Amino acid sequence: MNFKLRIWRQPNRKSPGKLADYEVLDISPNTSFLEMLDILNETLLGRGDEPIAFESDCREGICGTCSLTINGEAHGPDHPGAVCELYMRKFRDGATITVEPFRVGSFPIVKDLVIERSALDRIVQAGGFISARTGSAPEANSIPVAKHNADLAMEAAACIGCGACAAACPNGSAMLFTSAKVSHLALLPQGHPERESRVLKMVQVMDAEGFGNCTNTYECEAVCPAEISASFIAKLNREYARAVLQRSAGE
Amino acid sequence: MLDARGSVNNLRGAPLGQRSFHMANIFAVFYRSSVGKKIIVAITGVILILFVIGHLLGNLQIFIGPDWINGYSQHLHDLGPLLWLIRAFLFIAVVFHIYLTILLAIENRRARPEPYIDKRYVKADFASRHMVMSGLIVLAFIAYHLAHFSFRKTDPRFALLKPDPLGHYDVYSMMVYGFQNYFVSGFYLLGLFLLALHLSHGSSSFFQSLGLNDKKMTPRLALAGRIFAWLLFAGYTSIPVAILLGLIKPAQQL
Repeated sequence: MNFKLRIWRQPNRKSPGKLADYEVLDISPNTSFLEMLDILNETLLGRGDEPIAFESDCREGICGTCSLTINGEAHGPDHPGAVCELYMRKFRDGATITVEPFRVGSFPIVKDLVIERSALDRIVQAGGFISARTGSAPEANSIPVAKHNADLAMEAAACIGCGACAAACPNGSAMLFTSAKVSHLALLPQGHPERESRVLKMVQVMDAEGFGNCTNTYECEAVCPAEISASFIAKLNREYARAVLQRSAGE
Repeated sequence: MLDARGSVNNLRGAPLGQRSFHMANIFAVFYRSSVGKKIIVAITGVILILFVIGHLLGNLQIFIGPDWINGYSQHLHDLGPLLWLIRAFLFIAVVFHIYLTILLAIENRRARPEPYIDKRYVKADFASRHMVMSGLIVLAFIAYHLAHFSFRKTDPRFALLKPDPLGHYDVYSMMVYGFQNYFVSGFYLLGLFLLALHLSHGSSSFFQSLGLNDKKMTPRLALAGRIFAWLLFAGYTSIPVAILLGLIKPAQQL
């Protein structure tokens, strides 16, 4: 298969970037998108050109490192799945493919397609943890968890923190990410001691980081590689209202 | 990789550890937060949805006859101070709804300083992405609608209408004469179309904002919201359409 590529090149955070045109030939349909970029980089290196900077780590859809907007969709056209799980057979032979970084003000571009997502880490630092005694792990069944809650918490915990929700959101909102983290811990008894302060702090840090606001377009859940449901955002709103009511009533 | 952006100090105000959420400032925290603003927009939206339902039911009385709608109008005016209380309440709801959404929209713009060159939406529909646009045009429509039928400043003929046999203002004939103009009716249809577009997203979106749904309910509510919005459109537009088709004739000649 042959493809025409339009790829975002930007030397560093401060300099302006632009789309550059490339061509790749004789690509196997079973090549993954990232392998195709590897092949292109080999060609570029062979010519003595600067290779395209992009991020990847596990290449099996569980680390959330790869972060490309392909033809206007976060993680490309094969939902649900990360870029590493996207194969070239998904595209038409001879197609022109546009590759851009995740564009959110809070994810500054480091180089080409590499972005810095530490804003998400700071949201987690604000409350995505529980207080527990150190030492050996407690007996597993000493704290009963309702099956329904355990399942929902597991669904929320599937978030790999890739940032596609914010990248795809028309408003650049990271609400799906934050809601997954808040819901995951709010659903489990271990997360209850910090239940109110967690949601208040995580939302405050999310806002302060400069992410946009959720307007319920549900674009995030459509591109999420971990299939996090936007109903967790409803849960976040509920948790937030609950925390405010509780605090206003006094400690 | 901690530079000016990366450090915790770029969080407006005090560093994390010193942030507290006490009783005194919890409402300020709520009002300033993205989630809090969204909840206020949802609550004011629900108030306005209840109003458009009530307003439609009142107006549909034109199909029953002049006595009904004229009597209804008289009854509303007889409420006196209570009517003004309701109007003030609705006005405050409108102000908060618009002020906060514009504030949110500005923040959303800032959240993506460099737009995508190529952007495709998978799930976000037209209505959900153009709420500010549809909302502001509806606002312009409401301003005209108030000048037209509430303050009666746009059509001098309305002042010439005689009271109906029961001594009430002849709202029935006013609506008929008002909608007989194709341009007026056309603008009403446009305004109502955008209102329906706005509500096709808004009338289910508030369940999400208020946290009143789950994975199963969301698609059902979205469908119900769309059906509700377009039923509302059909209900409201039936009045100018019936008048333009000559199905409703004025109760008095000018």
